[in-house]
Formats: sequence, C-alpha cells, structure tokens
Amino acid sequence: MSVIFAKSKGLTDQETHYCPGCTHGIIQRLVAEVLEELGLLGDTIGCAAVGCSILTYNYLNIDMIESAHGRAPAVATGAKRVHPNKTVFTYQGDGDLASIGTAEIVHVAHRGEKITTIFVNNAIYGMTGGQMAPTTLPGQKVTTAPGGRDVAHSGMPLKVSEMIAQIPGAVYVERVSVHNPRAVRHAKKAIRKGFEYQMAGKGFSLIEVLSTCPTGWGLSPVDSLTWLQENMIPYYPLGVFKTPEEAK
Amino acid sequence: MAELKGRVRIATNVCKGCGLCTVACPVDIMVFNGNSVNLKGYQPPTITEPAKCTGCGNCAQMCPDSALTVERFTSKKEDPACLKA
Amino acid sequence: MPKSLMKGNEALALAAIKGGCSHFFGYPITPQNEIPEFLARELPKAGGVFLQAESELAAINMVYGAAATGGRAMTSSSSPGIALMQEGMSSLAAAELPSVIVNVQRGGPGIGTIQPSQADYYQMTRGGGNGDYRILSFAPATVQEGAEMMMAAFDLADFYRTPVFIVSDGMLGQMMEPVEFPERPLRTLPEKSWAAVGHGGSRKPNTIKTLVLDPGLLEQKNLRLQEKFTRIAATESRFENYRTDEAELVLCAYGSTARIVKNSIDLLAEEGIKAGLIRPQTLWPFPSSAFQQLPPTCRTILTVEMSCGQMVDDVRLAVNGRLPVAFYGRSGGIIPVPEEIVAHIKVLLGRV
Repeated sequence: MSVIFAKSKGLTDQETHYCPGCTHGIIQRLVAEVLEELGLLGDTIGCAAVGCSILTYNYLNIDMIESAHGRAPAVATGAKRVHPNKTVFTYQGDGDLASIGTAEIVHVAHRGEKITTIFVNNAIYGMTGGQMAPTTLPGQKVTTAPGGRDVAHSGMPLKVSEMIAQIPGAVYVERVSVHNPRAVRHAKKAIRKGFEYQMAGKGFSLIEVLSTCPTGWGLSPVDSLTWLQENMIPYYPLGVFKTPEEAK
Repeated sequence: MAELKGRVRIATNVCKGCGLCTVACPVDIMVFNGNSVNLKGYQPPTITEPAKCTGCGNCAQMCPDSALTVERFTSKKEDPACLKA
Repeated sequence: MPKSLMKGNEALALAAIKGGCSHFFGYPITPQNEIPEFLARELPKAGGVFLQAESELAAINMVYGAAATGGRAMTSSSSPGIALMQEGMSSLAAAELPSVIVNVQRGGPGIGTIQPSQADYYQMTRGGGNGDYRILSFAPATVQEGAEMMMAAFDLADFYRTPVFIVSDGMLGQMMEPVEFPERPLRTLPEKSWAAVGHGGSRKPNTIKTLVLDPGLLEQKNLRLQEKFTRIAATESRFENYRTDEAELVLCAYGSTARIVKNSIDLLAEEGIKAGLIRPQTLWPFPSSAFQQLPPTCRTILTVEMSCGQMVDDVRLAVNGRLPVAFYGRSGGIIPVPEEIVAHIKVLLGRV
C-alpha cells in the first residue's frame, strides 16, 4: 500500500477562507508540497500580497510577511538582501501584481532578484467583489465593466508572463494552469523548478498560474474550470517563456 | 470480492462541496447525492462504488481544501490510465 | 577621534553606519542625494548592503521586508518622496518594525522646490499614512547633533520596535560643519524572536502582518500600540532652552530655523530685549513640558518656522491658552534672516 496523496506538512490545520471551488487552494497547496519536498519549510520566507491571497500566511506552515498592495516583490527584495541563503517567494494575484504592483514586479525581475513569484491570474479582483483587472478578458462581465470589458475603452488584457520574460534578469517564466489533474501535476513541476532555480542562484522566476474565481465569474466551480479552459487559455497560452539557458 | 486497488478517504468537515473532485474522477464514483451535510452546511461527495477506485489521486489533486487522502494498493508500479489523460 | 568637516547629509550617512545600519534602500531626490551616494560607497565596506530602489514606494517596502527579517534597515528621502512613502510608514508602525527614515525637507506643496523647508511637520508628527500611529521624530539643529541622533536611532528603533524619523532640511543637509563620532553607548536590546527568518522546524511560524479583520482584536492592538506611544512620549521627549531665564518673549523653533532664531535673540539682547528659545529636539513626542516651565516674566510666545505654520499648533496645545501664541514663518524655500525675525518681534512687543 502506498499513500498517493495526503495533506502536505507545509499546510497548517487552518481551514481556508476561499470560496468553495476556488483554485487558490490548489495553488497554495502546490507551493506547500514543493517546499516540503525540497526540505525548505524551515528556511523559507514567504511574502503574501493583498487580495484573496493575503491570508496565505494562515495556511502555509512557514514564516511569512504580509505586504502592502502590489509591494510584495519589494518586501521580498528586502528579505532576500538580509537573508541571501534563505528561500524567498511572493504569492500574488493579478489585481496585486498586474495592476498596482507592475513597477515592483518589473524591477524585481530587472534586478534579477533571486526570488520566486507565484502569480495567480484569475482575470478579476476577487477579494473586493469582482471588479475589472488588467487581466480581465475582452467582453468578460465584471462589476466595473457591467457590459463586459470594452477593449476600446480599457485596452486589451495584460500578458504578464510574456512581458516579464523580456527582462534580462528573469531566468524562468512559465504559464501553467490548474483546470484538470494533469495541469495541476504540471503546475507543480513548474513551481518546483522556480524554487530550484532560486536555490541554484540563477535569478528571478515567475510562474503564472491560471486560476478560477467561481464567485466573481458567477459560475459553478466545475463550470469555472471549463470557462478557464475555453476562454483564458486561448488568450493566455500555457508554456515556458524563458529558461535559464535563454537568459544567459 | 475483488481486491481493492485504491481507497479515498474524505475529511468531510473540511469539504466545501465544490465538486471539483467529482469531475476529476476517471471512474465517476465520487458523486453528490445529497445524502450528507457537514458541520459547515456543505454537502461532501459520496463514494458510490469504492471497489472501482484505482487510487489515481486525481480527486485529491483537484481538491482546493486538501480534504482527500488517497491510498493505492496495487503492487506493481503500473500507471493508472487516468494519469495519462 | 578628531573632528572632521562634513556635509550634514554625509555625516548622517556615516552616523548610520556607526549606529549599526545593515541595509539602505532609497531613491534619488534632491536635496538628500549625498546620503545614498555616501552609503553606496561606504556601507558595503562595513559589511552592509546598499540598494537603489525603483521608487520611494519600493524603497520603503524594501525597508519593511528587511526589517521584518531582522535587518537594521533605513531609507532617506525628501518631502515629496516621504509623501510617497507614507503607506509604508503606516505599515512599519502597525507591524512594529524597527527602521530609520531620514527626511531632508524641501519646499512644497507638490513638487515644490529643492530649497530648504520645514513644511513637513505635519507629515513627520501627524503621519501621512492611515490609522492611529505615531513615529518618534528627531529634529537636529547642527551636523553634530544630527550625527548623534542618527547613531542612537537604530538602537531606539530596536528597543521600542518602532520606525524612527530623523527630520533634517535642505540647509542642514547641505551645510558643512565640524563633526565627531563618539562611541555609541551600549544598550541592551531585545531579541528579535518575532522576525520572519524561517522557523527552522523548531517553532511555530512567525507572521509579520497588519491585517486584523476582527474589530475587537484591532481595537486591542490599537490600545496596545497607544500604550507603547505613551511610554515613548514619557521617556523620549527632548528640548533645549536658550536664554529663557527672565525672557519676556519665548520663541519656539526647531532645526535650522532654531539656529537663526538664536541669532535674533542675541541681537535683541544687545538692544535690551529679553527673549529666549525653546528648541524641540523631538517633534513627536512634542516637548510640551517645556511650556509648563516658562519664566514668570514671559508675556507671549512666538513660533518661527520655515512653513506657513504647522508646529505652532502643538505650541498652542502645550500653552493651552495661558499666553498668546503668535507665528512667523517663511515658506517656499525662503530661509528667514535674523534681522527680519527681530523686526517682527519688535512689532509684536510694541517696541517699534
């Protein structure tokens, strides 16, 4: 007999505040599993951001710092410069990273900070009640674009992975998803690589994870998975945008 | 009775009844039948035919609340079909 | 150690190293640039880390991250940059993270000017950030005093688990004066067992945070912070008296302006007019007690600032209506000269 799956030691016993079926729970679990498997739980400093991800520090069994909205990469920079041998990561949503925190995410990559960023993209502001994000898809109905995102008015959604991959200091950028078990297993591999490259001192890694927001999208959790697959992946293609070899 | 290949245990009070496990199960044995309600008022799924479980772990991979524990009893390192899906 | 001639900004930078600064994060802005330039050169030699941030927002949050993980971090900026940092100041105060922030004030509002000013008194004492918090603010008047305040700042920040301001201005930052750096007194400091450094599997995780959704718990936290602020106020308030004995007029001024006012007082003395000075060395806590010990000869108070009147609010609160409190100020980067203050005082006292 072998245990195929059990709750990671990287997770606390605290139940999450996430809405039923929100895939934040899957993504933070993958981070916990990777840190546990790499033996890093005791040597990691996490930086939580503002948004649904803010309470991550209640769920991950590691030391964490809550950051002001969009500033997690700056906070992580401060932490890493004090503790260059510790593992430092940020866990940020798209409202945080792709809107208010664009300067910080660009420059953490620009400096080639040896940190890992987990970027959870669900194309909406979840915590505040479903407003438009820079990542909201054309035509997607949100509370601040009730008729759907009008690209003539608000522009086309921002493709963060493609943007960050252009920066020399970014050594590993991949976009993954968690809409089915296979995608989840692959997402874990990508997150693992992000931390391994940090441990190897390669530079900045960003793993963008496409995620659902059933409540904000007004869909059932199961329908949200389908919506992600049919609408997000065509605009936000999955794949590796930068590898350490390319970064050289 | 045929030998069990896998077993899923549900921490029912952790479950939020989202149903992501139900569509992840390749043998469709995790279903909502309204037979149970947990302390939070959510309806956890029921495993209808435990004997069919392959122990692939797909349900647990999709559980946002880490409410599932999966064991596999097959001796060989065979890869269940679902992993290749 | 012999005295050396240094610019105010450079003396602050050297004093930061001698005070135990381990990390500097900052963004260029005039008139404080000598601080990051000096530290870029000298802090790495002392084993520390200098890093130029992409903005003041990032700089203060790098300070936050470094302080949260046990570093002795600082930043420096000038008025508009300090305004940008206020989000971080509120977070530093709320998370109780020891850190040091230098403000070399320049004229405002807006982008204003690069010339000296004291129009950030409200920013430095009322907080530009949200919520109920106070930050210990030191206001040196000489290069030497700035160095001494800076050397003590990191220990005080660690002792109280609080951010500390050093409030300078463009004049004090750019002027050169002889300065020496005595050994800083050893202070027993608490262990930073709260820091987020990785739990090593040996304790529960540490979390540095400011979010408290439960109103009852947040009020408890606020009351605990207020208790700390009360303790700081009772212990750290500082001021200097200059010629206040038998003064009929007591002036109140801080920083560069206090130096000019001392000259005005000496000029008045030559004419037989007895005036004195209360010089706050801490802006928060404001040294209200100084105004409880006014000489019986004192008929009126005059506050002089390089602003349109900010500290005068605290002077009026301290005097509490017992005496009239007048104000004289120049703003926009204009530095008042002793003679114009003398002329104003003569009008005030009816001695024209």
